[in-house]
Amino acid sequence: MEYVIEMNHITKQFGDFKANDDITLQVKKGEVHALLGENGAGKSTLMSVLFGLYQPEEGEIKINGKTVKINNPNDANDLGIGMVHQHFKLVHNFTVLESIVLGRETVNMGVLKMEDARKKVMELSEKYKFKIDPDAYISDITVGMQQRVEILKMLYCDNDILIFDEPTAVLTPQEIHELMKVMKQLVAEGKSIIFITHKLNEIKEVADRCSVLRKGKYIGTINVADTTKEQMSEMMVGRKVNLNVEKCEMNPGDAVLEVKNLTIKSKASGKEAVKNVSFQVRKGEILCVAGIDGNGQSELVYGITGLMPLDSGQILLNGKDITKESIRQKCLDGMAHIPEDRHKDGLVLDYTLQENLVLQTYYTDRFQKHGFLKFDAIREYAKELIKKFDIRSSHGETSIARGMSGGNQQKAIIARELDRNPEIVIAVQPVRGLDVGAIEYIHKQLVAQRDAGKAVLLVSLELDEVMNLSDRIVVMYEGEIVADLNPKEITTEELGLYMAGAKRSVKNEQ
Amino acid sequence: MNSKRKSIFKGEGFVNFSSSILAIICGLLFGFIILLVSNPSQAVNGFLMILKGGFTDGMKGVGDVLYYATPIIMTGLSVGFAFKTGLFNIGASGQFTAGAFAAVYVGIKWTFLPASIHWLVALLAAILIGALVGSVPGILKAFFNVNEVISAIMMNYIGMYIVNLLVRNYIYDPLKNQSVAVAQSAILPKAGLDKIFAGASLNIGIFIAVLCVILIYVILNKTTFGYELKACGLNPHASKYAGINEKRNVVLSMVISGALAGLGGALLYLAGSGKYLQVLDIIAPEGFSGISVALLGLSNPIGILFSGLFIGHITVGGYNMQLFDFVSEAIDIIIAAIVYCGALSLLFKTMIHKIQMKRAKKAEAKAVGTDKGKEA
Repeated sequence: MEYVIEMNHITKQFGDFKANDDITLQVKKGEVHALLGENGAGKSTLMSVLFGLYQPEEGEIKINGKTVKINNPNDANDLGIGMVHQHFKLVHNFTVLESIVLGRETVNMGVLKMEDARKKVMELSEKYKFKIDPDAYISDITVGMQQRVEILKMLYCDNDILIFDEPTAVLTPQEIHELMKVMKQLVAEGKSIIFITHKLNEIKEVADRCSVLRKGKYIGTINVADTTKEQMSEMMVGRKVNLNVEKCEMNPGDAVLEVKNLTIKSKASGKEAVKNVSFQVRKGEILCVAGIDGNGQSELVYGITGLMPLDSGQILLNGKDITKESIRQKCLDGMAHIPEDRHKDGLVLDYTLQENLVLQTYYTDRFQKHGFLKFDAIREYAKELIKKFDIRSSHGETSIARGMSGGNQQKAIIARELDRNPEIVIAVQPVRGLDVGAIEYIHKQLVAQRDAGKAVLLVSLELDEVMNLSDRIVVMYEGEIVADLNPKEITTEELGLYMAGAKRSVKNEQ
Repeated sequence: MNSKRKSIFKGEGFVNFSSSILAIICGLLFGFIILLVSNPSQAVNGFLMILKGGFTDGMKGVGDVLYYATPIIMTGLSVGFAFKTGLFNIGASGQFTAGAFAAVYVGIKWTFLPASIHWLVALLAAILIGALVGSVPGILKAFFNVNEVISAIMMNYIGMYIVNLLVRNYIYDPLKNQSVAVAQSAILPKAGLDKIFAGASLNIGIFIAVLCVILIYVILNKTTFGYELKACGLNPHASKYAGINEKRNVVLSMVISGALAGLGGALLYLAGSGKYLQVLDIIAPEGFSGISVALLGLSNPIGILFSGLFIGHITVGGYNMQLFDFVSEAIDIIIAAIVYCGALSLLFKTMIHKIQMKRAKKAEAKAVGTDKGKEA
């Protein structure tokens, strides 16, 4: 069997640390080859070697059977290798067309000639039903569209080997579905795809074969059709992972958080991002707000937590009206918030771990006296939390938060929020970008809160998480709540319909 | 023993310190080239004069260094403190001038005060007015999201012209086009310093500056207030999320910054060294020197103390250099070059880091069997 890519016995070291240790990857022509592994398993390093960003210490690369040396991304391009990066590399004030031809402009006497390029781009766009507007500015189009621009960029320079680095992390379920279709169409035309991910469902749906990496080592290559998800996750993590969250029967009590007729206008557009939303979260219950990104969930949480001003409505916490209270007072009343963007809102990245762990409690008598911080008490407390929540970092409590891995940063936030013993935990996409082990841990913590009789409000974009974790689901669509559902009584497909706005079960009572 | 010494060299403080030293060396070399170009035969002598700085004239020289350093340590603290809290106080000049005027005005007019507290009240007036001028960009920033750089630059001009106007109207000496002399009781006490450093215009101002350095250091590093201010500077979103009143902190930060600069103005003009408020359309250069001092000291209060002393040192050297037919402005070029290199301190830092990494790698390669797992 002929392989388009053979990476044989690749070893790449950074100092003492082997990011790739004797890894072999063989990709057949016309297949989607998944590359599976947790964060830090060495997937990105391996792809950077293939793309010419790193030079391996050992091993050889063969493209179409010929041994090659890839010194830089231009070499990779000449060999027909293209890559869609996880964080898109686009120029925001360029149009779609300009972005696509960037670096390969056709010129006539130093003047840009865009007609040919425009024709080719439009042809490609139609062929894959991308529906792209070549004159729109990158800054104005959605993330999904930006990704299509990246894909078009690869196709525009006739690449045959396409690398997708975690392409679904930023997409909505519908967009993921579209992307899968495009990937299938591409391989049907004889192109080969390397698909980097740690989402098992997607591998099951689209990939033919799958190579698994763990901690820099090659674990094996399997036929996706013959392998179950459980087997794959075991290969990836190295132990059995429970993909389903275990939890006992719900035992709901009184309402903890009550939101009444909340309306929030978005600052940027002036439109109503949240329209007349009402719901309650009860003791011992995980209420999940489901919906496609950008349907008002973020604004809803910002409004409840006080980060964004409300236009109208009322918020009650254990019967007490907290609508007008300050953020700090809400926090003292027992509201914990695991924010959507942990770098922007959750952490002061240049502070140490211990300083971050007291971000909301530094002013309490436990940590200060007459305005002076009690560093010993803070250190002790940080050590305690690090142990309790298993936060790992290079220098313990004095590590700078910026240098910690995403999973451990999130653990730090969760430790800080949950240790305050809150009445209600508002968690927004708490596992975004984390690997299976960390996801399992964080889900367990949220369930533990619920089992302890606390209320949990979870905002999630991932259907699996919604279905697995929640006791009750409300669906938001265009700023309104369109459904109030019991996860046991509906299917994922149905939920998807509500999220897409095709169906609604709750009338908007005035 | 060995490992202890190593840990000192690996610390963040050492890297910062050595990057500043590198910047100084580069700046001085550049200055030497300038001297070589302008007068090759005397360049070496002139350059040695700069290096000797305050140590040429015995105790008088050292006293002069301290005298020159006092106001720029204050403006340096002002700028550095604002830097630490995420603000760029380019308005230190305006606050400095306003503070100086307040002190001089009190020093001339409020002679009804008892002599023992006259100078103290003058200093307090400077602090107050400096804080007031500083609060304007702070309030604009916090409540109307106006960039503090722009409003502070405008405040420099507003401060300068208003002070010119007020000097003319109230405390004007038309013959010399400057303010009249302040009452003797408003001049800062010498506390015996004039005897130790005979001939220099030194007074307790330097002690006040050092006191401010310690105060700011303690506020920034030991108190909840400093914790809040730094958090707001490093990440205003997370600070808001944590329930910190970030608007109040922006204003307070500028108020403190302005107070420091204002006090600096008072310390210079109440020194009794024959300096008067001149009615000129020139923005006080001490404010901009403060930016240099803060940059060179990497905004660390202790660093600012030393960088202020260093700049004072080479300024005195610049005056002495005139013996060899150089203009003292050459020293301004050298300071500018040092600050330029200081702005590249990030580059130096990464260079030092790289060298350290290489050494560490070599050391680790030697040590056999140390297997450390590390996440990529």
